[in-house]
Amino acid sequence: MKATPFAAVLLAGSILMTGCNNSDDTKTSSAAKKEETTTSSTNLQKEVDAYKKFALGQMDHFIVETDKFVKAVKAGDIKKAKEIYPVARMYFERSEPIAESFGDLDPRIDARLADLKEEGQGVEDWTGYHKIEYGLWKENKTKGYEKTADQLLADSKELRARVETVEVTPDTMLTGAVDLLNEVSTSKITGEEEIYSHTDLYDFKANVEGAEKIFTILKDQIENKDPKLVKDLTEKFEAVNDLLAKYQTKDGGYISYTKLTKEDTKALSEAVNHLGEPLSQMGIIME
Amino acid sequence: MTKTNDERLLDKKITRRQMMKMTGAGAVGLAIGASGMGGVLKAFGKDILEDQSTVANKVDFYGKHQSGISTAVQTSIYFASLNVLVTSKSQLQELFQMWTPLAVQMMNGDLIGTASENALIPPKDTGEAKGLDANNLTITFGVGPSLFEKKELGLAQLKPKELQDLPHFPKDQLEETFTGGDICIQACADDPQVAFHAVRNLIRAASGKVSLKWSQAGFNSIPIKNGKKETPRNLFAFKDGTENPITDNEKDMNEVVWVQPGDSKPWMAGGTYLVARRIQMHLETWDRTALREQEATFGRHRDSGAPLGKKGEFEAMDIDRKDANGNPIVPETSHTFLAKKSNARLLRRSFSYSSGVMDATGTFDAGLLFISFQKNPKQFIKIQNSLGRLDKMNEYITHRGSALFACFPGIKKGSYIGEALFNTL
Repeated sequence: MKATPFAAVLLAGSILMTGCNNSDDTKTSSAAKKEETTTSSTNLQKEVDAYKKFALGQMDHFIVETDKFVKAVKAGDIKKAKEIYPVARMYFERSEPIAESFGDLDPRIDARLADLKEEGQGVEDWTGYHKIEYGLWKENKTKGYEKTADQLLADSKELRARVETVEVTPDTMLTGAVDLLNEVSTSKITGEEEIYSHTDLYDFKANVEGAEKIFTILKDQIENKDPKLVKDLTEKFEAVNDLLAKYQTKDGGYISYTKLTKEDTKALSEAVNHLGEPLSQMGIIME
Repeated sequence: MTKTNDERLLDKKITRRQMMKMTGAGAVGLAIGASGMGGVLKAFGKDILEDQSTVANKVDFYGKHQSGISTAVQTSIYFASLNVLVTSKSQLQELFQMWTPLAVQMMNGDLIGTASENALIPPKDTGEAKGLDANNLTITFGVGPSLFEKKELGLAQLKPKELQDLPHFPKDQLEETFTGGDICIQACADDPQVAFHAVRNLIRAASGKVSLKWSQAGFNSIPIKNGKKETPRNLFAFKDGTENPITDNEKDMNEVVWVQPGDSKPWMAGGTYLVARRIQMHLETWDRTALREQEATFGRHRDSGAPLGKKGEFEAMDIDRKDANGNPIVPETSHTFLAKKSNARLLRRSFSYSSGVMDATGTFDAGLLFISFQKNPKQFIKIQNSLGRLDKMNEYITHRGSALFACFPGIKKGSYIGEALFNTL
């Protein structure tokens, strides 16, 4: 969940620029960037197409799973809803660089109460997955959440439709990969994303997978510029994935965030940071 | 770290012969074997990177000894203790080779790396020191005992026998989060942001190769009287460093600070040992202690810094002086009395710190990042043992962190940090 939906709305017109990075530095160089992006986007058309296809595929799954989730909520099947919840969200989290392109839709689907409070909004404005998460885990009920569930499905479908229109650029991918890891570093690793369900490791894994997908698509291009970077990134992804695998459950899910010790989160956080540094160098393919 | 960087160095057309000259053939062989040409060129692009002697407020990187030891103490420190993640000696060597030109650039007051036109990658330098001059930045590197215990690095036989974790001292309350480390980087400058920038960029450039174990920022304020720098005061308001050896007196420094050839492992000649202690000072209790008691604790007068019963800061301590009744003028439990009694000397180069609030007590977490340099850790151990349980100061302080590092000798132009360690076979 982006902490600055307002800025995202402003930028929505030029989606190719929608990184999380709102620093002045990026703004002043955005003109140059835009030019660069358009001139080289032709060379990377294959990669860009592949990524868009991936994102749309994730969105399709997201709709299917969200539909199941909403049905379970409305049927009052708490157990089933709890099972589907973290899995459905992974499709969203994997394709977040694109899914969160829409500053209005993203908070409707993915806002945490804390995000709304930052915006001066309150619990009455709250919608989406995390609101139902509160119901399921904190209140242990689904009653009263039927409308939210319907709205969630409608918003998700709208998102799927709008993703179709997104102009994906190499920049979307490069910035997106780093943003995915930044998401992990700032909220997933601290357990602040899923404060009721504590299913943060699912989001964590999905974010990493999303970044890894971008790397995989761009791999040949990077290989042409700097084979060492490919080797480094391959190793660093492996290190993060190996660490995460330690917390996998028999059914393929992940243990609760609350079961992690300080040492566990520190090791995860360091592995992610060690991955993020070389990942931010993928932009050399534009040189 | 990118290919581009290497290519730029390649453009400089360093011939193999030149490289041999710069490094000594042996080093080249080793480094090439270890890392391929890229690493070598990066590390040995040093004919390009020199100390810019015309730069304002600059301390030289190259020299017989590392900077930040005999350098006049600056006003800020950022001290970092790191663990290494690299798994071979050659990777460790590459790390120090990679750090060398960065340290030179930063000590010249320059940004690191070369500017890139590519706005799609993050800038090489994190940038917060842009527009600031060198501010007498010094960067001092050392290695801790634990580094030599990592089997995969194969350094065991190079470990000096005096490089051991410091023994437990009476009243120590060491916390793991402020203790030990494989490598230390001590960055000192006359600007806190310049010091922090140096460590931040070295660690960032070493991403995946080191992890931050603990760190501590510190400050010093240096009064100037008649154009002369005076001894800085610690947070108890007493002068700290009065008894230091004269840093430009080579004999004094050789006696106290610099490891002499034959003293230790050959790679340590010209180096020194750094002791770091994070000492919490209980400001609240100190501040309600009567002045006479404060002075009896130190064994000196607070304002002048003079030994008790004397006038000038630099007058001899003479701990055996007695008053008319035959009682010692400098109390036998005072900090200075006990330290003097040990007959050991060291170079203190400490900084104060304030790091928020102690969780358990709601008091200041403030104190002294004690740093001392000595040619053998024994000197520190001797003093600390002499202070022991007797030291009146114990009432007001708690040692919470501790580390010992062997600081490499100075770096010659064309060489790199710690080269002697890697070339000793």
